[in-house]
Amino acid sequence: MTSLLEVRGLAKRFGGLVVTDDVDLDVRDGEVHALIGPNGAGKTTLINQLCGELPSDRGTIRLADGLLNPLSVGQRVRRGLARTFQIAQLLADDTVLDNVALAVQARHGHSFRFLADARRDVVVREAARRYIADAGLTSRLDVPVADLSHGEQKQLEVAVALATNPRLLLLDEPMAGLGHGESRQMVDALGALKGRLAMLLVEHDMDAVFALADRISVLFYGRIIATGTPDEIRDNAEVRTAYLGEGDS
Amino acid sequence: MLSLTRLLALAGVAGLIAVPFIADGLGTPAATTLATSMLIYGIAAASLNLALGYGGLVSFGHAAFLGLGGYVVGILYQHFVSETAVFGWFAGTNQLVVTVPAAMLACGLVAACIGALSLRTSGVQFIMITLAFAQMLFFLFVSLKAYGGDDGLIVRRRNVLPGLDTRDDTTFYFICLVIAAGCWWLMQRFARSRFGLVLAGVRQSERRMAALGFTPYAYKLAAFIVSGMGTGLAGALLANHQRFVGPDLLHWTKSGELMVMVVLGGVGTLSGPWLGAAVLVALETTFAAWSENWQIFLGLVLLAVVLLTRGGLDRLLRLMRGWRAS
Repeated sequence: MTSLLEVRGLAKRFGGLVVTDDVDLDVRDGEVHALIGPNGAGKTTLINQLCGELPSDRGTIRLADGLLNPLSVGQRVRRGLARTFQIAQLLADDTVLDNVALAVQARHGHSFRFLADARRDVVVREAARRYIADAGLTSRLDVPVADLSHGEQKQLEVAVALATNPRLLLLDEPMAGLGHGESRQMVDALGALKGRLAMLLVEHDMDAVFALADRISVLFYGRIIATGTPDEIRDNAEVRTAYLGEGDS
Repeated sequence: MLSLTRLLALAGVAGLIAVPFIADGLGTPAATTLATSMLIYGIAAASLNLALGYGGLVSFGHAAFLGLGGYVVGILYQHFVSETAVFGWFAGTNQLVVTVPAAMLACGLVAACIGALSLRTSGVQFIMITLAFAQMLFFLFVSLKAYGGDDGLIVRRRNVLPGLDTRDDTTFYFICLVIAAGCWWLMQRFARSRFGLVLAGVRQSERRMAALGFTPYAYKLAAFIVSGMGTGLAGALLANHQRFVGPDLLHWTKSGELMVMVVLGGVGTLSGPWLGAAVLVALETTFAAWSENWQIFLGLVLLAVVLLTRGGLDRLLRLMRGWRAS
């Protein structure tokens, strides 16, 4: 299997603090690759570097053999790299449909159109409705995002990211703050996507990680200390120490 | 509900068309002149609202475009009268169909420069940088002795339009009304367009819009340029209306006045800026007739509207409509 995402020697420091330390990471086509690690390990920083919000000090990021480093966030999205946010970043004043439709609109031609009513663009609206139906939010189509529950906002985060038609989806703690039932729903929803696109899943909920992941990488103080199948990671001594050390303090 | 809105809109249009006739009938032709000012400032405020309301770009330098638009008309007119070339390059003109597009073009270019630099910042820095650019233009025109310096330029006769007598105040009112109606229509289309939705998204969360694959900077810059061009259009009309353009149009208090119109009427609404412009022009005229210190009264009215309605006159109208319906 070939690598879809290939990260080599990626580094980032904030002043004297090394947050990403010489990270090598491969995500294969169609796999769910979980990225776990204790709080402060640098998981969100790594996501931000991959999606382009944060410039890297050193190292290369390649998606399907194309170098991403010089590209902006928007350009990376158009290359097929989407992300979700740990704290939902949605357009709170707009409806569910408007939020998803904007994502569809972003890849349907340019948006320097000033006169035609965008809400009557049947192609964009229909595509958006399908993504919303997949996320099970059809009944909430015309509800402003500000009025959605936390769980619904998290689902919408995923739907919006999928609407950009990504090849690789970076999921930044999609279960964070969800109740037990909502978590199960999210696991099912992500499981249903398996094989259709690759996912890099950052998550603390270990049940979810072991239910979804094909491979797991463990990040500890900015370094990848292990990569392997769920079974290999479960039995890895270094990983146990890292997590147990965290648990003791 | 819809029919009531339609009815109100029709009544509004009829009222606007009737203004000069009512004014003449009552023997107060000055009312037509006042209404023309309201329309022109409405165009300026609606244009500012494009950047400020829809885009969330708090520009404190839009007087630059109002003044520049006016000066394009003034300078072209001066060279037309003296039969000399502008910058030793092209002839002056007094044709409205040339001067107005020229003013918009000039403002578009300047807005592109100012916007390209200022939009690298946001928040308070953006406010201050737009203010700084406007002040630079202000001092430039104050020191341009060839174009009147402090005293400004007199446009002895309004620009001409084939087939119409622009010197007649009623005719000029209708010219401004047609242009204002065109602006209204464009703004209304704009707010629902692809561009309008992206701009509204950028205002709410640039991070989200980037994560969808948009480049927020490009959309903000385009909005800023269009906004500057619209304000330049208003400036060009204003110079014709007053038959004068001076540095006071470029002064930072003018930028403030435009912002007050938008805030007073309702930020980010379609009709708000027009209402705000009309009310502010009316209040200025009324209070100025009462007292030399008219700005005190104006300030009190602004405080009352902004604090009590929390959304400007547009919201006030909506609330009243809601009460009537309930």
